[in-house]
Amino acid sequence: MALDSSKTTDFKYVGTRPDRPDGLDKVTGRAKFGADATAPGMLFAAIKRSPHAHAKILKIDASKALAMDGVKAVVTRADFAEGLTGETWNVLENVMAGETALYDGHAVAAVAATSALIARDAMKAIEVEYELLPHVTDVDKAMAADAPVIRAGAADASVPEGLHPNVVRYYESGHGDVEAGFAEADLVIEDHFTTEATHQGYIEPHACLGTLGADGKGELWCCTQGHWNVQKLCAAMLGIETSQLRVTASEIGGGFGGKTTIFIEPVALALSRKANRPVKLVMTRAEVFRASGPTSSTSMDVKIGMKSDGTITAAQGTFRLQGGAFPGGPCEMTAMCAFAPYNLTNVHQVGYDVMTNRPKQAAYRAPGSPMAAFAVESVIDELCNQLGLDPFEVRLKNASREGTRASFGPKWPRIGLVETLEAARAHPHYTAPLKEGQGRGISCGFWFNHGGETSVSLAMSEDGSAQIMVGTPDIGGSRASMALMAAEVLGIPYENIRCTIADTSSLGYNEISHGSRVTYASGLATIKAAEAAVEELCRRAAAKWDIPEEAVYWEDGYAKPSGPNAGDHAPLHITELTADMGATGGPINGHFEATPEGAGVSFATHIVDAEVDPETGATKVVRYTVVQDAGKAIHPTYVEGQFQGGAAQGIGWALNEEYIYGEDGRLQNAGFLDYRIPVASDLPFIDTVIVEVPNPGHPFGVRGVGETSICPPLAAIANAVSNAVGVRMRQLPMRPSRVLEALESKDG
Amino acid sequence: MVDVALWSGLRPLVGGQDSIAVEGRTVGQILDSIRRNYPALAPTLDAGVSVVVDGRVIASSLTEPVGENSEVVLMMRLKGG
Repeated sequence: MALDSSKTTDFKYVGTRPDRPDGLDKVTGRAKFGADATAPGMLFAAIKRSPHAHAKILKIDASKALAMDGVKAVVTRADFAEGLTGETWNVLENVMAGETALYDGHAVAAVAATSALIARDAMKAIEVEYELLPHVTDVDKAMAADAPVIRAGAADASVPEGLHPNVVRYYESGHGDVEAGFAEADLVIEDHFTTEATHQGYIEPHACLGTLGADGKGELWCCTQGHWNVQKLCAAMLGIETSQLRVTASEIGGGFGGKTTIFIEPVALALSRKANRPVKLVMTRAEVFRASGPTSSTSMDVKIGMKSDGTITAAQGTFRLQGGAFPGGPCEMTAMCAFAPYNLTNVHQVGYDVMTNRPKQAAYRAPGSPMAAFAVESVIDELCNQLGLDPFEVRLKNASREGTRASFGPKWPRIGLVETLEAARAHPHYTAPLKEGQGRGISCGFWFNHGGETSVSLAMSEDGSAQIMVGTPDIGGSRASMALMAAEVLGIPYENIRCTIADTSSLGYNEISHGSRVTYASGLATIKAAEAAVEELCRRAAAKWDIPEEAVYWEDGYAKPSGPNAGDHAPLHITELTADMGATGGPINGHFEATPEGAGVSFATHIVDAEVDPETGATKVVRYTVVQDAGKAIHPTYVEGQFQGGAAQGIGWALNEEYIYGEDGRLQNAGFLDYRIPVASDLPFIDTVIVEVPNPGHPFGVRGVGETSICPPLAAIANAVSNAVGVRMRQLPMRPSRVLEALESKDG
Repeated sequence: MVDVALWSGLRPLVGGQDSIAVEGRTVGQILDSIRRNYPALAPTLDAGVSVVVDGRVIASSLTEPVGENSEVVLMMRLKGG
């Protein structure tokens, strides 16, 4: 019999707020993170990094390092596989420079020794001879005709002729006639915006422990958002078979997209292979800033036309993304997300992915979308101000809805933007009075969400409890969500289910925990795996009663005969079916493998009140409300946490955080003292409203929630600050000096 | 035949057309058909695309069915954080 648990109401476990399963481990220090692993005979590694933004590597002399007591191995690019292509080559080139150091912090060699101190001393003893090359770290300068070429031939087929070789990808889409649309408008505003590169700011630095033998068999423990991806990349870079490398994901102290790729893992494995000992490698905080993957910085032009009644007649955007020394800046995502909240007759968007002498950018929560929202929503706010229109009414008037055409082509399925706007407008925050010096801003934001390859296994125990093995590292409370969804299907308490993140040798392939996919895709697979177990439980009951399988149904943890014709049988509890499962057909398990493609997109609307000190230019966010469509909140506390986390990171991005490069192309602020992320005292209480417009692509209606929450904050905060100071803020971060300049420009 | 809408950056590669008509009952068959009949688009497909079918973004599955009247739109491949 085929079981279908699909429903969007009348849940028993889904939607409740039980304790998190990893809570005790986290607060007592028992949880094992990347740097917590040890092994007998373990060595410690350190990486030699380029101090130059762009330099040809003429010679690497490790003789002095190798002569030191305790030093066991040194590796350079020569110790990795040759002949790689495409993105795997890009990642290897980033992990360990080949002929050229492409940015300040680029790895050029690594050493393993018997202590961390010896390793660091030996790293300093490695001598590297460079020939300095001209560099560029600014996106607009990198596109200029006289910019140094970072790597000729890196552009793909999308780039039109005539652009600088540093432009490596190009995206253009839209529909209608924007010029005709602008001609219809009563007011057209065109502005230039910039944002700086920011870091995901995860508290746990990258760390791993690798063992690789001469037989090509290896073990790797690391903090990552996707250990199958780590396995695949490391195996390719070390020239071993993928299945011979077993990768285990540690607990993760934050990732936010920054741990979707690799930086140090192949280095530890290469050193281990050379030294024939386990090797531990932990990045310092400065290394995390210099040589992991910050987000792109941007340079953007947005032009929007509006009628006096608030109708948007045309919209056009040009988005230039600085992606570091490799292709990958998410220019197409920026362009596609930019006008997604609006139903536009005439729209045109262009994106450029531009290489510079900076670290290879990595994903950061909804990569590319927050910057686009900053530019677009700022112009809409300015149009509303100048036309005297209510910002909610304008957004509702132009909002994307089911059946309207998205700016990037397709018609929307069922979406929840209007519901978030209406809920935000009805929230008491919107009508609360503002004090002197305060301003209010609102913004919408959009993210696609994702499905991806997924495997889940569920096993019943004899006592009727269940264990679930998933392959998506828990970066936001997914173990609790999986247990709740399985509890709903099995009809057993949440506490009777344990969810474990399996290693790569214990489960089928799983894509990375990214794209807000885990609760959606692993959740869907968990439901299907639980359904498979329930089907088997029903079969066992049918056999006990000697009736057809079709005559048994499952309800609230019991197998029951489906009606009078099925016979008079007392319901069998799950514990009665699992207790003797070994004797009634063997272990009862369920599993599911698929690439679910029904991830529902998500929209959010944020309201922000900001207060500006006119003497210092310092901004304080005094009130913040997040309204977002979650489809169905499986564990509402975690959903609220995702909403609040996105807003908090957005506050940092908007007000303080930025990569600062000197004229020499070197990063000036590689530490939390000089790169200021928000701390608790910088934040107001962030209120949340969960809107639930069920996603038809998930049995319980789930939409991903982890990324959309960072899409509106930059714009909402910028609008609040602009309305507080009376000057449009077009550059992020809005650090005090910039705000003071804005105030002086108004006064002067 | 199924009409596949292209993002405007691809249109110069197919003589300025907004969309192309190709055979196929699944996403994979449609991509194969594009590759066969419009070789100029092959590098784009190699770089990775997503296909939107009736509003659903198909990120990677080639077996998703496509109806004759389905709205099909080509998109650059999605990625997330």
